[in-house]
Amino acid sequence: MTSSLRLRAGLVSIALLAAFLGIWHLATRSTAPVATMSPEYAKLMGLTATQGKSAMPGPLDVGAKLWEHFKRPFYDNGPNDKGLGIQLAYSIARVGTGYLLAVLVAIPLGFLIGMSPLLSKALDPFIQVLKPISPLAWMPLALYTIKDSSISAIFVIFICSIWPMLLNTVFGVASVRKEWINVARTLEVGTVRRAFTVILPAAAPTILTGMRISIGIAWLVIVAAEMLVGGTGIGYFVWNEWNNLSITNVIIAILLIGVVGMLLDQILARFTRMVTFPE
Amino acid sequence: MSTFDNPFDPNRNLRAGCVCGQHQSAAEHEQATALACETVESEEKRYEGVVASAVMRAMFPQDVARRAFLKSVGASTALAALSQFFPLKTATEVFAQTGAPEKKDLKVGFIPITCATPIIMAAPLGFYSKHGLNVEVVKTAGWAVIRDKTINKEYDAAHMLAPMPIAISLGLGANAIPFAVPAIENINGQGIVLATKHKDKRDPKDWKGLKFAIPFDYSMHNYLLRYYLAEHGLDPDTDVQLRSVPPPEMVANLRADNIDGFLAPDNICQRAIYDGVGFMHLLSKEIWDGHPCCSFAASREFITTAPNSFAALTRAIVDATAYASKAENRKQIAEAIAPANYINAPVTVLEQVLTGTYADGLGGVKTDAKRVDFDPFPWQSFAVWMLTQMKRWGQIKGDVDYKAVAEQVYLATDTKKLMTEMGLSPPASAYKSFAVMGKTFDPAKPEDYLASFKIRKAS
Repeated sequence: MTSSLRLRAGLVSIALLAAFLGIWHLATRSTAPVATMSPEYAKLMGLTATQGKSAMPGPLDVGAKLWEHFKRPFYDNGPNDKGLGIQLAYSIARVGTGYLLAVLVAIPLGFLIGMSPLLSKALDPFIQVLKPISPLAWMPLALYTIKDSSISAIFVIFICSIWPMLLNTVFGVASVRKEWINVARTLEVGTVRRAFTVILPAAAPTILTGMRISIGIAWLVIVAAEMLVGGTGIGYFVWNEWNNLSITNVIIAILLIGVVGMLLDQILARFTRMVTFPE
Repeated sequence: MSTFDNPFDPNRNLRAGCVCGQHQSAAEHEQATALACETVESEEKRYEGVVASAVMRAMFPQDVARRAFLKSVGASTALAALSQFFPLKTATEVFAQTGAPEKKDLKVGFIPITCATPIIMAAPLGFYSKHGLNVEVVKTAGWAVIRDKTINKEYDAAHMLAPMPIAISLGLGANAIPFAVPAIENINGQGIVLATKHKDKRDPKDWKGLKFAIPFDYSMHNYLLRYYLAEHGLDPDTDVQLRSVPPPEMVANLRADNIDGFLAPDNICQRAIYDGVGFMHLLSKEIWDGHPCCSFAASREFITTAPNSFAALTRAIVDATAYASKAENRKQIAEAIAPANYINAPVTVLEQVLTGTYADGLGGVKTDAKRVDFDPFPWQSFAVWMLTQMKRWGQIKGDVDYKAVAEQVYLATDTKKLMTEMGLSPPASAYKSFAVMGKTFDPAKPEDYLASFKIRKAS
């Protein structure tokens, strides 16, 4: 039953993809030549102007280019031109660093706040104000005060990915069932032991959900941050190709950003399943 | 304008200091320039030239006598005769030696536009390594970022718009940090591009209500566009909209109809034409022929802590600029700077910009060899002009000591010394008068010049 459902869903997915690619292909086909121009003039112009080629690349162009990138993902032509594999590695390293720092701060802090109803009420307004700030708004401030662009990028990831984790940890810790804590108390379990053996496992699914939201945000932020600070990373790649108005490469980058984001999310989802418990 | 000098040219006067003042007519000057370009092909040759010209001067205190001598025996014979009893080679080697750079591995930031040609090409064509430096040229996302990264010392030096070092030194839009300009990157090389739908609106008087993009507030583009509009009776602050837009986004915005046109650095202008979204209304050269656009800038701190590195860097840039100023090298340069590691643009586009034979977007092919040109000398009068415009449009409020600022930021004296050492012939004075849209600017009277404009921001 479920396997047939899965099969049918897969078939629908493939059909949707095929329809999408087909429409894309039709929409970006070359139209007839727009205007007659002297060959001397035409030689100086781009294909968009001379052959009426759509400014938007078709799926075949993107596929061919993607294959080219896959053939040599790790080339290095100097500081401003590196293969997609290297760019992605830079981005993942940045996200990893910023995110890990955020985890190290958010979870212990959230734990403490969650255990004290007073603190969680008092800090709530600050967190609520800081949470919705866009990464790009932090960037100039970070560049100005930290005075180092790569650390600024990591800081921006840190500051943007910390809030969902913090809030979820606070919520998870605060809403551990009272009965469990009372049971622990009647058994005279110490505070530290209670925190690690009762509260932590009970709050873990909520904390992990926060971490999963955060990794998504961190990956969103990296592209914007790298477009600004430049140098390396997939965000820089997008910017550099946009500079050249190479929409083909931008589409490839979008695709890869989506795939990597999905993989990161799946890793966290697996961790979440590991700590989930039936009640 | 030539920065070369050939001591074995019987038609040249070695004593006159001024590049332009030494010829009777423009044609003669052009001829001399062409001649110099043919004869001087390497730095060693140039050094040789300097030494040789010193020797020649010593031997023939009378210029007339030297010319007569050269005319009678010919330049090559004279050179052969000279080298027999004077060790020109050794003298040249001694002359070319300078202090070792304090710091060899340098980072230089650039924005991917053709204005940065000397900075960029110096890497693939080996001008940095020739001067003993290992320079990494780093592409940067925008002017504000390049400013911050240079202030933060992530970059040792950078490509900046010519007014930016002045603005940074004065603390406009940033904390005041003393910056200096040892070399101008390029002259001319910008353009006003309009969307194709405006092809019948060629008179700026019809431009009321249009939206224009400029790359940055402290840019020659901003001042030139404002000047151009104001000369045609439009107040740039009230009659049109001016937006600061990063150059790569300009073409996309023009295509999307968000803006009606822009005054932008090149390869962006030509790119809009190449992609069929706009046409060239006017080259910036037609507003002010020989205007500066971008500069090579470094902080005072870098200059004082690493003077030899700075000198070597300046030498490399001046050298590259001299190379880029020659028309016959332009195709090679276009190919060298086109890859993704540098400008990342189609070679055809860069070639059109650098060679000056370009499609105008309206079906015609135009030729203007001086569409973009390269001349490193940081005229202090350029800085004075920029200051008048900063004041005119309200970026500077109150009094400003034009001369003091110009002399502090534009290092004409140092560059002159360096250029002389390299065998180039810099102009004698750091101030020159020039005309912008037919109106003469006298650098000695900036306040009068400023007062002569009817359209300006009320202060």
